Amino acid sequence: MKMNKSLDQKIGFSLIFSMMLITLFFLGSLVYFIAVRGAGIISWQFLTDVPREAMTKGGVAPAIVGTFYLMLGSVLVALPLGVACAIYLCEYSPKKTIVNLIRISINNLAGVPSVVFGLFGLAVFVKFFGFGVSILSGCLTLGIMVLPNIISASQEALIAVPQSHREASLALGATQWQTIKKVVLPGSLPGILTGVILSIGRVAGETAPILFTAGTFYMRGFPKSPLSETMVLPYHIYALMTEGVHPEFQVKIAYGCAFILLILVLLVSSFAIILRQQQRSRYGI
Amino acid sequence: MESELKIRLETVNFFYGKQQALKDISFEVYKNKVTAVIGPSGCGKSTLIRLFNRMNELIPNTRLEGKIRLDRQNIYEPQVDVVELRRRVGMVFQKPNPFPKSIFENVSYGLAVNGIKDRDYLAEKVERSLKDAALWKEVSGRLYKSALALSGGQQQRLCIARALAVEPEVILFDEPCSALDPTATLKIEELIQRLKEKYTIIIVTHNMQQAARISDQTAFLMLGELIEYDLTNKIFTSPSKKITEDYITGRFG
Ligand SMILES: Nc1ncnc2c1ncn2[C@@H]1O[C@H](COP(=O)(O)OP(=O)(O)O)[C@@H](O)[C@H]1O
Ligand SMILES: [Mg+2]
Repeated sequence: MKMNKSLDQKIGFSLIFSMMLITLFFLGSLVYFIAVRGAGIISWQFLTDVPREAMTKGGVAPAIVGTFYLMLGSVLVALPLGVACAIYLCEYSPKKTIVNLIRISINNLAGVPSVVFGLFGLAVFVKFFGFGVSILSGCLTLGIMVLPNIISASQEALIAVPQSHREASLALGATQWQTIKKVVLPGSLPGILTGVILSIGRVAGETAPILFTAGTFYMRGFPKSPLSETMVLPYHIYALMTEGVHPEFQVKIAYGCAFILLILVLLVSSFAIILRQQQRSRYGI
Repeated sequence: MESELKIRLETVNFFYGKQQALKDISFEVYKNKVTAVIGPSGCGKSTLIRLFNRMNELIPNTRLEGKIRLDRQNIYEPQVDVVELRRRVGMVFQKPNPFPKSIFENVSYGLAVNGIKDRDYLAEKVERSLKDAALWKEVSGRLYKSALALSGGQQQRLCIARALAVEPEVILFDEPCSALDPTATLKIEELIQRLKEKYTIIIVTHNMQQAARISDQTAFLMLGELIEYDLTNKIFTSPSKKITEDYITGRFG
């Protein structure tokens, strides 16, 4: 009996371990191939120059800048809206039926294909509000796209704050709003930041929502204002691989862009991760 | 011996939904005394003391009948500011629940939310409260370190200091020692003995010896009813009801 049990455990552990290895292998090979094919073309000029000679020479700086703006802008749109919505649902808890209705809508929203958000952004921000194809329209569209992620992450983080902390605060004569500001939000910040990290990855990589709202595949300069259109890395990769007449140059540049995209996501995420870690370790949450 | 009246319950009934948790409870709590509430678990002790700072309001679908007066004022009247009430009636919970903040921030929290910003005043008040809670010596060197690094007993005394800092008139203790070891328990008991000089204290405990040791008045609750309420001495030496005697001699519960 005892033998069997420990054998059983050994098999279980080895299974889990090999699964983990397979996962690591896929992740590793992805980074490896992109790096091998893309790193070679990276140069100072590639990072800082605008595209030249029908995208066969020069750099991709406008696309890097544009992607960065969109990542930042969409988080600025989604974070306050998402956190406010989560607070409303968790802390002020109106009627159960309303909360459930909103929850279901949010979950459905999370499942909507990103191209649908693109069309929505085109109709509402580009056309109706007249922001045109612009960074602003792109940020709003992407922000709405990741809103469900931010809301669910925030809700989970708020629920994880112990009820006893809320009670302690209220019992000391704090109002509910003070309790939220001083106890509940700081306690849930690490969890909220996790949602932000995941959203940043999604925003950086999506092409469909910005096709009609923010992106252009060729620019001679940098975007001048929130109302100008912009190059973005994923869209630029798409354009390099499907258009133009010099695939021998374009494919290399595309891999270079993919590599930069990886690095960019990594950089911005690690910033959020460091922030989260600081919050956690500050008082040992 | 005449004692001044602090809190008075007048035929109080309390319901969680349709379930009645407290039945027709009337009694009086005296100023600068320790009043113990004892009874088997689930009899409504927590429910009862959470009425005094209106914490039960946070639970949906609850209903209260009857009056609860603090210095003659019915605290459930609409014009009563619940935030102000909770400043006057502090609470220490069963499980130590310090905020994940520094020791200083924990103790000054109640003052900060009441709009006090003066650093010197806050520092003075934090020191005073920690001294009153018999914790100052142990933490004076690490006020800006996390409160979560303290031991369970220290955390509970920190929660007491936090409650003292806002200068309440009444302090409610809901089984404050149930998560602590005997040494820490003894410290808290000594502390409560000293605190009654300045404050009116109501303490829930299901430790009979504790009630006998530290309280002046004892209320014995069972199944939501107040079975007996009297001087602690009387309750523990010659209770007037058989059922009280059975309970305190450990024949059940
Ligand atoms: N939040 C609640 N919702 C519904 N019923 C509750 C709630 N809290 C307590 N009760 C019920 O009220 C009764 C008294 O509980 P409580 O006051 O916690 O007892 P005690 O503190 O004496 O152990 C119990 O029957 C309990 O199940
Ligand atoms: Mg209880």
